[in-house]
Amino acid sequence: MLKFDNVSMRYPGAGDVLRNVSFHLQRGEMAFLTGHSGAGKSTLLKLIAVIERCSRGQVLLDGQDLNQAKDRQVPFIRRKVGLIFQDYKLLQDRTVFDNVALPLVIAGYGHHEVSRRVRASLDKVGLLGKERKYPAVLSGGEQQRVGIARAVVNKPPMILADEPTGNLDPELSAEIMHLFEQFQQVGVTILIASHDISLIGQMNHRILKLDHGQLVAS
Amino acid sequence: MMKHVKKKPGKQEPRWQTKISGGNFVDKFHAYRNLHAHALFSSLGRLVASRFSSAMTIIVLAIAISLASGFYILVANLQQLAGNLEASNQISLFLKDEISEAKANKFAASIRQNPDIQEVKLITKEQALEEFQLHSGFGEAVKALEKNPLPIVIQVLPKNSLENEQALEVLVDDFKRSAEVDFAQMDMQWVKRLQSIMEVARRGVILLSLLLGAGVLFITANTIRLELHTRRDEVVIAKLVGATNGFIHRPFLYSGFWIGFFSGVTAWFIVTTIMLILKQPVEKLSRLYDDAFHVLFFGFTETLALLFISSVLGVVGSWIVLHFQLRQLKPE
Repeated sequence: MLKFDNVSMRYPGAGDVLRNVSFHLQRGEMAFLTGHSGAGKSTLLKLIAVIERCSRGQVLLDGQDLNQAKDRQVPFIRRKVGLIFQDYKLLQDRTVFDNVALPLVIAGYGHHEVSRRVRASLDKVGLLGKERKYPAVLSGGEQQRVGIARAVVNKPPMILADEPTGNLDPELSAEIMHLFEQFQQVGVTILIASHDISLIGQMNHRILKLDHGQLVAS
Repeated sequence: MMKHVKKKPGKQEPRWQTKISGGNFVDKFHAYRNLHAHALFSSLGRLVASRFSSAMTIIVLAIAISLASGFYILVANLQQLAGNLEASNQISLFLKDEISEAKANKFAASIRQNPDIQEVKLITKEQALEEFQLHSGFGEAVKALEKNPLPIVIQVLPKNSLENEQALEVLVDDFKRSAEVDFAQMDMQWVKRLQSIMEVARRGVILLSLLLGAGVLFITANTIRLELHTRRDEVVIAKLVGATNGFIHRPFLYSGFWIGFFSGVTAWFIVTTIMLILKQPVEKLSRLYDDAFHVLFFGFTETLALLFISSVLGVVGSWIVLHFQLRQLKPE
């Protein structure tokens, strides 16, 4: 599903942020990406979401070389990757329903299909009945679940999460991780960047560890 | 259309099937239409929501547009005036007071002999007085005069082949030297001058319109730029979840359309109001001059053109900003 082949990333003036990173995530695999701050976790995720392009090497998503993708193809690549953020990135002036519906509206689904899928997605994250609420009135854990519902509503084959539990207490964090495992069980490939070592340790999944831009454990 | 990624048949997940753009064709068409309708009305809604700033922008634009279109309609009105008057080469010869009617007729006959002359018409003192009383508005005053003060006039129309200004001048000078002639004048020279002035004015209107059009373009662009900044988060999030540039552009282009359209409507009302205020005194003046002139308002086509041009300026203005600013707006 996701293959990094000798990927290096150099920012002008900042040196190599990633150095010769190679790994392969199978379809339906769940993995954690760890490392100290500045180890290159975020950069690695940005390469998959085509927010950045690598300087050397090759990133393959679902068989497609992301470095070769034209600008107008980028939106369609992003539709295959559900993104989840530490700060949730919800639109505060839109209801929960509208936030979750956004990817479907963008993909051009009809009204009924949008409604059905949003409800199904909110049901999966346990927020059915809160469609009409605004993000501001929800707790942190609930907001992150809205973010997750939005990421999976279009049924992408891959989910990327950047510190999804960074703002949550341990109990809520475990709940969120459990939710990810449920998506993995239906065949979604999941990559979660996190430095919550104790939480990751409790779960039996593959761990990719970055140190100064190099993959030191896989 | 994007290319769908082929899936290996064995690996397909029945419960979790990914489609990158949704639904069947009819469904998609409806969704696409709905997107447009939604963008159209939500941008209108945002305009209404920020009433004060939208109104200020629209009024500024409307003033610019009404300046350009106001000058246009002014020139159109003046042109009507100049258009009624045919620029002919007619020359009027005012004869000396002591010349009798018989002598005048003889003189007119001699002019007719000239091969360059097409037509000669003699107006007697009495005819002239009659005409003057009828059209000048000084009828009563003329009646009070004891003696007819008007001279005999011979109107001479040179052949059209005599287009050359210099040849005309020579002819007029010849007439001036004749013993019978007190004063010779090329009647319609001022029409030619007026028409030249009108040509300058028309060019002026075009230049002014271009300048003010550019102003409208940049004011709209700046308004959209501000809107883009206040909705930055929305744009970034939409990009992250796979929005195409078209999807992101659409509501802003519609905002530009509405701003341009409403400015055009407001400008139409401004100019029409000014014309209505001017209508009465102008028509009153016109009545004194044979009703030669009527105030022209925007016609149907002109109104459509005004609204179309201002809407297009709005759309183009926002497109410029989107084209240059959205590239810089990268998601983090």
